[in-house]
Amino acid sequence: MSGPLVLPEALRDVEAVRSIRAPARLEYRFTAGEATSRFLRGIASKRILGERCPVCGKVMLPPRGSCPTDGVPTSEQVELADRGIVTSFCVVNVKFSGSAMELPYVCASVLPDGADMGLFGLVQEIPFDQIRMGMRVEAVWVDDDELQPNLASIKWWRPTGEPDAPYESYREHV
Amino acid sequence: MADAEILSAPLVLEYPFSRTVGPVQSAFLTGLRERLVLGVRSEDGRVLCPPVEYDPVTSGELGELVELGDSGTVTTWAWEPEPRPNQPLDRPFAWALVRMDGADTALLHAVDAGSAEAMATGMQVRVRWAAERVGAITDIACFEPVGAGEG
Repeated sequence: MSGPLVLPEALRDVEAVRSIRAPARLEYRFTAGEATSRFLRGIASKRILGERCPVCGKVMLPPRGSCPTDGVPTSEQVELADRGIVTSFCVVNVKFSGSAMELPYVCASVLPDGADMGLFGLVQEIPFDQIRMGMRVEAVWVDDDELQPNLASIKWWRPTGEPDAPYESYREHV
Repeated sequence: MADAEILSAPLVLEYPFSRTVGPVQSAFLTGLRERLVLGVRSEDGRVLCPPVEYDPVTSGELGELVELGDSGTVTTWAWEPEPRPNQPLDRPFAWALVRMDGADTALLHAVDAGSAEAMATGMQVRVRWAAERVGAITDIACFEPVGAGEG
């Protein structure tokens, strides 16, 4: 059948329900493992520690303890600069619940100098429409007494003012 | 390694979805808020509760709402001995399919039966309304066995 829905009398003069909340919530306990624990402990002391694959020589970040390409344990810890290159980014125009960020803001993948994988973070201290691939940035850490073994210890990345990196220098990390 | 303690921390992943419900579920949920259970008549004449917007057999649009009572029959059930947070009740209860009187299909909800021994397929149950109702399936706090408590 079609045609208009006829409401029971009791519902004709009350405000109709139009939508429902249906949140999906998953509660985990995340255990970092040995390599990522080493990395996170480094973050708590303002050091970015990658780990090198003995076969391909690439520096994994954050390290998971093995090389995803060669399937062997990473063998050497490598301290990386807390500056690097924006390899790609996203301008966020939609407010997420629970986020206090002012719109629009920029999330980016930042490749620290010496690393072969990028870290995900915010880019600030520059208008969002001037952020670009290849831009040189440095980490802005939280105050020392707020350092924690998680990536919230890097508040955001900001431009260093150095010349942009040429695309060829980071093309395989995009 | 001197510093070998493995780090571990709570991680919560939450998507705060809300969704529009369409005209038929709107009527159903508005009805619950007003302590009224509604079904919808399908093209083959059955009464579906919970009601749906489109016929499950023909896909035709449905719109004939049917007022049902607040009692029904358990068609199948499973005992929940250790309720988790955010489940309908904080003490052991039954998940049950309840066919409301006058309906031909059944609604999934909780039955506050006290113990599994008090549950049986075919038993009669009645809606226990939530004190505060907002237009959600939780406006039915749970079902309770007919004859238990208030008789």
